[in-house]
Amino acid sequence: MTKQEISMTVNGMEKEVFVRNADTLLHILRAQLGLTGAKPGCNNGDCGSCTILMDGKPLNACHMLAVEASNKHITTIEGLTDTTIQDKFIQKWALQCGYCTPGFVLNCYALIENEPNANDVEVDEWLDSNICRCTGYQEIKESVKELLRARRAYG
Amino acid sequence: MIHFDFEYVKPSSAEEALQLFEQFTANGKKVMYYGGGTEFISRARMNEIMTDVVIDLKAIPACNVLEENTEELVIGATKTLTDLVETNFFPLLSSVIRLIATRTERNKITIGGNLMSNLPYKEGILPFLLADSKLAIATKKGIKKEKITTVFEEDKIRLKEEEFIVQILTDKKVVNQAFFNEKKTKQSKVNYPILTLAALQMEENIKVAFSGLYEFPFHSKEIDKQVNDHKTSFDKRVEKVIKLLPASIIDDMHASSKYRQFVLKSSLVKMLENMEAVSS
Repeated sequence: MTKQEISMTVNGMEKEVFVRNADTLLHILRAQLGLTGAKPGCNNGDCGSCTILMDGKPLNACHMLAVEASNKHITTIEGLTDTTIQDKFIQKWALQCGYCTPGFVLNCYALIENEPNANDVEVDEWLDSNICRCTGYQEIKESVKELLRARRAYG
Repeated sequence: MIHFDFEYVKPSSAEEALQLFEQFTANGKKVMYYGGGTEFISRARMNEIMTDVVIDLKAIPACNVLEENTEELVIGATKTLTDLVETNFFPLLSSVIRLIATRTERNKITIGGNLMSNLPYKEGILPFLLADSKLAIATKKGIKKEKITTVFEEDKIRLKEEEFIVQILTDKKVVNQAFFNEKKTKQSKVNYPILTLAALQMEENIKVAFSGLYEFPFHSKEIDKQVNDHKTSFDKRVEKVIKLLPASIIDDMHASSKYRQFVLKSSLVKMLENMEAVSS
């Protein structure tokens, strides 16, 4: 069988989708579930524009088969509402054309959640996963660092 | 988009994986093992590879082990590079693999996949070559343990087509030895290496291995011998190492072979300065 039905929790909702085993998760999110926030960029795991969270970890949806997401919890940018990182991106103007923004926001969100004590080297290491062709890196970095500082100061 | 279809199976034991491999190949099907799948997806998308069946190894418990027993560090082949960096059981390994790809990709790339990669770099192999690690390999006759230096021939780890790596076993006495690691790329931090140098202090001697110079990573006892010639100056030792290198150093858009040699010389001197300062 080259196709199968899989279940996954996407943005808190149970989803059942019929997929080709060869389909990437990115394709299924966009074409079947209508979640176009994850953007196709390089389709090669290099640019991070398709970043999603699987069980809280950032992954490139272009570099995983949809069948690997079976019974996993997936978060896309559509599932991330009213977070401090989104507010901070707006406040700091940490976006220009916006194409890379969903990937950056999800990666930054995972960084703050998973490594609240991240130092500058670790922040750089995480952010190196995403490319912004408008080169808005400085504002993005400031957004993350400000939130990390706030979290450390106020918990 | 991957343009061909394939069956996808996820066995829960090494025996089952081998049985599935045999079953499918007996029916004339092409079968591939699958770990993190990043290289598979990239190459399949570009029509560089094709398969009828994918056997995903990630549900095999033995492939997911990451622990120290009384004698060895045991690393399951499907542990991700991030898992290994975060647990940091083997600091040289952590140092080398945290420079492979990006942080997000390392959440997906498995150490087994890196060792079996078709790319020339396979930097994850360097610490294991230096540490004389063993591989636990799933074979038709059960799990076989082989020294990595025995199965790494010419440019890659050579296994029979149905075999796969289950675990990598490393002597606990070795993993916390002093080390040095440097990766040089053409420009950006995230890129393939023009040189990755890894060195590990083993008793009195330094062992050193390289990736990026040739179409395969390598370690040479002759080079170790020159590196450890303590009576000679660093510069002279490095010159002797350069003379030992085969002529075919990669010459491509990332770096000319002369530039790679230049980078190698300076990395070797830096390594010697660091390592001999530690050991003296």
